[in-house]
Amino acid sequence: MTAAARGGWAAQRRRQAWRLLAPLGVLLAAVAGWPLARTLWFSLTDMQLADPAAARFVGLANYVGPYGLLGDPSWWRAVGVTLAFAAVSVTLETVLGLAVALLLDTPSRLRTVLRACVLVPWAIPTVVSARMWSWMLHDQFGVVNHVLQRLHLASGPIAWTADPTLSLLCVVAVDVWKTTPFMALLILAALQTVPRECVESARVDGVRPWAILRHVTLPLIAPAILVAVVLRLLDALRVFDLIYVMTSNGRSTRTMSVFVREQLIDFQQTGYGSAAATVLFLVIALGTVALLRALHGPGSRR
Amino acid sequence: MDLPGRWIARIAAVAVLLGGAPAAAATIRLSCGAVGRELEMCRTAAQAWAAKTGNAIEVVATPNDASERLALYEQMLASRSDRIDVFQVDVVWPGMLGSHFIDLRPYAKGAEAGMFRDFVASDTKDGRLVAMPWFINTGLLFYRKDLLAKYGAPVPATWEALAATARRVQDGERAAGNPRMWGWVWQGRAYEGLTCNALEWIASRGGGAIVASDGRVTVDNPAARAALADAAGWVGRISPEAVLNYAEEESRGVFQAGNAVFLRNWPYAWSLAQADRSAIRGKVGVAALPHGPAGQSAATLGGESLAVSRYSRHPALAADLVMFMTGPEVQKRRAVEASFNPSLLALYKDPEIVAANPFMGELAPLFEHALARPTVVTGARYNQVSNEFWNTAHDVLAGRATAPEALPELAATLRRVSRGERWGR
Repeated sequence: MTAAARGGWAAQRRRQAWRLLAPLGVLLAAVAGWPLARTLWFSLTDMQLADPAAARFVGLANYVGPYGLLGDPSWWRAVGVTLAFAAVSVTLETVLGLAVALLLDTPSRLRTVLRACVLVPWAIPTVVSARMWSWMLHDQFGVVNHVLQRLHLASGPIAWTADPTLSLLCVVAVDVWKTTPFMALLILAALQTVPRECVESARVDGVRPWAILRHVTLPLIAPAILVAVVLRLLDALRVFDLIYVMTSNGRSTRTMSVFVREQLIDFQQTGYGSAAATVLFLVIALGTVALLRALHGPGSRR
Repeated sequence: MDLPGRWIARIAAVAVLLGGAPAAAATIRLSCGAVGRELEMCRTAAQAWAAKTGNAIEVVATPNDASERLALYEQMLASRSDRIDVFQVDVVWPGMLGSHFIDLRPYAKGAEAGMFRDFVASDTKDGRLVAMPWFINTGLLFYRKDLLAKYGAPVPATWEALAATARRVQDGERAAGNPRMWGWVWQGRAYEGLTCNALEWIASRGGGAIVASDGRVTVDNPAARAALADAAGWVGRISPEAVLNYAEEESRGVFQAGNAVFLRNWPYAWSLAQADRSAIRGKVGVAALPHGPAGQSAATLGGESLAVSRYSRHPALAADLVMFMTGPEVQKRRAVEASFNPSLLALYKDPEIVAANPFMGELAPLFEHALARPTVVTGARYNQVSNEFWNTAHDVLAGRATAPEALPELAATLRRVSRGERWGR
């Protein structure tokens, strides 16, 4: 085969590859690129849902300046709530997930059954579990209050999801209930890649189980835990459905996504809400890029 | 981040294009509320119109929750859907939705002149009558006649008197063996109802209505501070702590079970208190809400109107339906059968209506001077203003902030929301 023929063949292959990729590219552009570009464009206008035709271009006024998002205390409060929610829920989920994974990793005949059972909360759609929990936590008819009052742990009904000091805790608790199985499964997968010999030789050397966990197992599964934590963090920063279903429109549980929805739908501020949506998107996108860098960068262990 | 709302609306629009009804027979689709007997009354009246004019009617079910219904309307209208021709809209919505509705003035032929002036003003946007007032609501003070008589107390005219009487009767009844007795229940949950309540406390002390009609943010003033501080003092003393999570029905539940002396609620509570199986049947009186030392009783104006969509395929027919539904005949039937307060002033002198609802005759002047929420001046931003206001009021009531701390902060937020008190003009 001559060099020219080989070059022509390579070019043909390249063209073929582009042809095969084109439908996916078009699809992605249609379902992700176009809405994203529209949102970005709306965020540069003062558009209101009541009269979209009257929108004017306002540059970056929705982001910076006296009435911009970055100077809006309620946006920063939403950022604070989101960060608090993400930090607390992901920490709890990781710790509990690790514990469950370690328990499930012990060889037992029940393991398969247990693994399936543990997954149940994760398998229920979020809206369904949120609705279920909000009934269980209801101040008048909820089973939680009923039990607490029966056990004389509460003197009167507690408005779990309406009380501003309790509602965020409730949302975190339900999120932990729902997502711990997911963490447990990811960590369990990592645990099963740990070579048995490492653990066994440490045991033969008389190392205590706790020390084996700290100095052998955890370092080996740390990269996998890190990936799981970052995945969960990115997910937690977008939290919406749990809060929308479970709590009323209070400030104490208004996360960034809830803020965006409130501006776009309740307040009809398409321009301003789009700016908030764009900032939220950038936060998640940058987080994802950082995650990919960490996974494939030179320092990666893989 | 995509925009789910708009996509839903688009999908709905496509669905309408694909499966739309044939346009030959004029079918007018209308949305009615479904609280209590609302839907039934609406359907009967609309069917009477259909029979009279030879057209067809389709009643479209919409969510009962007001904020969800508003969100649905917004998405339908923003996508120019013709799925609904006639919309039932809350008195605070025309400022937000008005640009999607036709001007009803040519069809009303002056009928709006016989209706409550402030209601008509709320339904007017940029000089266009975008909705026709249908029935009104105002905040009322419900009280236990029997208990006031037992303790020899008059119906309180001021907030101070209300608190004192509530305390006295509450303590007396508790000592007499009802530990669940409370003096005063109202709507304190963080929602639109709290805006209505707090507005009454402030306006009845001469503290204005959050935003003045020229657009100035007036909410931070001594009367408003006193009003909120006073109300915060009720919680846990004469009102249960749980009032911070009460909407209309929760507060009515406490009163109707016989466990409260005073209740703030809308007129609908009357017919329910007088129902056959009510524990307080015949023991209830209705009066104007109290006022402060400097000021006069204020009752927030609520109510619903009917509007015709600009995207309707039969706007003239739809407008004709609206005029029929808001006309004296239908309004009278609704008042007599289901205690809906007419929007037509003349009907308050109708002997049949007054016989069915004695308070309508007595309190007619009160309805006439009902206090409109600042929807006209804040326009599309009303929802945001109300949301900030009820959140601030709720913070003060729950003791998370004091009125002198919270109100300046609220005023600053509202100036920001209004882009320097310009409100998008």
